Amino acid sequence: MTSKSSLPGEMPGVINIGLRGFATELAARGVPVAHVDWRPPRPGHERAAHLLAWLGRHEARIARANAEGLRRMLAANPVLVDVQPAGKVISELVKAVGNRMVLHAGPPIEWTRMCGPMRGAIAGAIVFEGWAADLKAAAKLAASGGVQFHPNHHYGAVGPMTGITTRSMPVMVVENRAFHNRSYCMINEGLGKVMRFGANDAEVLARLAWLRDDFGPLLGNALRAAGGLELAPLISRGLAMGDEMHQRNVACSALTLRALAPHFARAARNLDGAETLARSLAFIAGNEQFFLNIGMAMAKSIMDPVRGIEACSLVAAMSRNGTDFGIRLSGTGDAWFSAPVEMPQGLYFPGYSERDANPDMGDSAIMETIGLGAFAMASAPAVMGFVGAGRASDALAFTRAMGGITLAKNPRWTIPALDGEGVPAGIDVRKVAASGVQPAINTGIAHRKPGVGQVGAGVARAPLACFDQALAGFARCLGFSG
Amino acid sequence: MKIANRVRRGFYADSVALMRIARELASAPGVMRASLMIGTPSNKALLKESGLLSKEGESARPDDLIIAVKGKNAEEGLVLAEKLLTSGTAKSESSESHPTFASALRALPGANLALISVPGEFAAAEARRALEHGLHAMVFSDNVPLAEEVALKDFAAQRGLLMMGPDCGTALIAGVPIAFANAVPRGGIGIVSASGTGLQEVSCLIARGGRGISHGIGVGGRDLSQAVGGRMTLAAMNALEADAATQRIIIISKPPAHSVMKKVVARASRSRKPVTLCLLGAKNFKTPKHVRLARTLEEAAGGKPGETKFEFKSKGSIRGLFCGGTLCAEAQIVLMDHGLKVASNAPVPGARGVVKRASAAPHQLLDLGAGEFTRGRPHPMIEPALRNQHLERALREKGVGVVLLDVVIGYGAHLDPAGLIAQVLEKAKGRNPQVIASVTGTEADPQVYSRQVKKLRAAGVVVAASNAQAAKLAALATLRGRPSPARRPRRSR
Repeated sequence: MTSKSSLPGEMPGVINIGLRGFATELAARGVPVAHVDWRPPRPGHERAAHLLAWLGRHEARIARANAEGLRRMLAANPVLVDVQPAGKVISELVKAVGNRMVLHAGPPIEWTRMCGPMRGAIAGAIVFEGWAADLKAAAKLAASGGVQFHPNHHYGAVGPMTGITTRSMPVMVVENRAFHNRSYCMINEGLGKVMRFGANDAEVLARLAWLRDDFGPLLGNALRAAGGLELAPLISRGLAMGDEMHQRNVACSALTLRALAPHFARAARNLDGAETLARSLAFIAGNEQFFLNIGMAMAKSIMDPVRGIEACSLVAAMSRNGTDFGIRLSGTGDAWFSAPVEMPQGLYFPGYSERDANPDMGDSAIMETIGLGAFAMASAPAVMGFVGAGRASDALAFTRAMGGITLAKNPRWTIPALDGEGVPAGIDVRKVAASGVQPAINTGIAHRKPGVGQVGAGVARAPLACFDQALAGFARCLGFSG
Repeated sequence: MKIANRVRRGFYADSVALMRIARELASAPGVMRASLMIGTPSNKALLKESGLLSKEGESARPDDLIIAVKGKNAEEGLVLAEKLLTSGTAKSESSESHPTFASALRALPGANLALISVPGEFAAAEARRALEHGLHAMVFSDNVPLAEEVALKDFAAQRGLLMMGPDCGTALIAGVPIAFANAVPRGGIGIVSASGTGLQEVSCLIARGGRGISHGIGVGGRDLSQAVGGRMTLAAMNALEADAATQRIIIISKPPAHSVMKKVVARASRSRKPVTLCLLGAKNFKTPKHVRLARTLEEAAGGKPGETKFEFKSKGSIRGLFCGGTLCAEAQIVLMDHGLKVASNAPVPGARGVVKRASAAPHQLLDLGAGEFTRGRPHPMIEPALRNQHLERALREKGVGVVLLDVVIGYGAHLDPAGLIAQVLEKAKGRNPQVIASVTGTEADPQVYSRQVKKLRAAGVVVAASNAQAAKLAALATLRGRPSPARRPRRSR
């Protein structure tokens, strides 16, 4: 090969990649130098690097598909419209053989692999539905295959922590009016001993019955009377008021209560005097996480239209069942890409420690999937202490880091502390696999034993193995073999 | 003896920084050995081999750092290590750096050279990126796969760029010494070298002789192998021929593959500028008259370094302890030219390989920069502790009459190698073999040539004007010391 290499005629400008000492010495001699703080790619990078290089040949197609995915995400118009029994809006729940179908959080999982809280919540739900007389019989029924288990995600639903949804439970309905799809989520039961953390005693079941019989119908009436509650603008205000909508929903819960209070009053006028109304308003006011479940149904309604776009590398769902962490991509159909779930890092309520903690759990990572939760940490400095990161400036760093694995900033949802920059939106599986930056998720921590409830809160990380697998699955969908 | 390990999760620092800390630790009271390594499987195996790995260290993952200390104060050692690490990191954070190549290039849009010193498995990707952005690449990293080297060199040629290395530690680009190089004046001599210390020695001899260098282009130790086919050497010859500042060209290499040598000789004979070929130890090749052949680096540099007068009769053997591989090769050639039998761990054609112990061959020259010595520790040019250990041993060893050393200074090298040698000699005072050395460097180097020479002389070292002359002095002293009629040198210069 002949070459026409030409030599630099004058003092070189050097980019130094690796040993810093070389840069220091060159700089000391007055040579223009820029040092790259090189770090080794993460372990297992070779396979990912190979796939990413292969995907490079489809760059234009992927970019077009991702632009469409982002367009759909940002065009969403989610409205909280109703409350209905789950069995009425998810017809499979009543059509199932023996009518015994339980929806749970996370990717698919069989009874034998479920964690303690998940089993506890299912036993409680079976008793609640009257499929067994007591918890013992319920567990037996579940273990013997007398109940079908399916992910919420397969039926347009989501649920926090254990996420258990059965036919007679009241679910909130969010309609994405831009795309005419609907999503569902149980009503948040409050803090402490609740079914989403695996609690299942009489007090828990009684509260569920009240939600089913009194609160759910009342909220449904109020919403119908109000003509629905537009959620996108509510989130904007919540961000400005210090919520990130996963770990902290103080502002959004209050804004919801304020917006619905008159409609509650009117809807309650034919009920038993003021008692149900008062108890219902107090229920919302007493639960700072009330909005979380609304936000989750909203997030699901935003992401579902993003699913099924060919060659789109956006993450459409992230979810955990307490055993596995699973993700789905827009461009890979119905497939889940799962890996063992990690332990959250965080702070514990007095008397509890890491030893008591259950691994990460819940469909609530759908909040991070749309750019809220840990992705919007910068808007919620108050959360930082709780999730163990400490300083307010650390919160900004969280959001900035997540900006490195997303494709856009959501112009509708801006963060004052970042000079009005939007929340990072649209996780690109390629960016995660290339950088090794794990999506962060703000989460509550459940006790590993069923029935105890929440013991702390912190930050969990999506396992990179999910993204590595998803990258491979994505490449296969585009014709990669080998 | 206690072994203590500590694992820092998700910690990365470059290995040279870690080794410097390890060295500081090892000098702490009650600490016998210390090592800081990233927890890759191969590093863990290395630590285990050296008896430094505990259960905790075993648990480290490839993105963790293992701090391992052996000694009765092992625990205190760990505390000290943490302290050194934090002070180190604090320092590195304060000076400016960029997270990615792209951001560095944005900050320095005029950049035309990328200096790459990441672990070998990652180096090719970094080099390719630099070439793609139109920068010349200099790859200091070794262990880059051969196929990658060939591909990168072809890619660079297509773009009219230099791909120096892999395993290239020395270059002089437009008068600027890069990485391990010396402060030499600019001038009309262009050098293409497959050897870092070869380039250093020749450029320093030229500089000390009052002349200067246009460019010194490193091509990497494998460039003249059959597989790489001299791709970069030929490209660099073309570039120097076209370069207005260059008047003559010197090519330096260890013996190349035969077919490659033919190509290089053919190219040299077509050259419009005078070419000197210094293919250390190469035999049986013919060149046209106008291509000059140099048997040693000193000959390649031309000019006449002053002679050193030295009358000494050595009754023992020669022990050479070299930091520079090419300096070791040159010394072997000089000794053999004087009829001496030589063994080396890096033998030139005609020399024997070292079989484990020194006793096998009378005159033994070790390249301490070779892989078997530098595995898991810094090169002796940066950190001479390894060479000084060998020096201590050689000074005590029976039958050694002359110890032959190279002292390479300049950018990147240790700040006072002569001072360290003097310390070792001071400790070993008594019945010592004679130490003969040369200093590869210039007055403008940070260590200052004359100061290093002075320190060595004060410690009783005979300092020759070049590495070749140091070897010659050693050979003559040995020949003089022989009991029965001394053999005449086979070839005198």
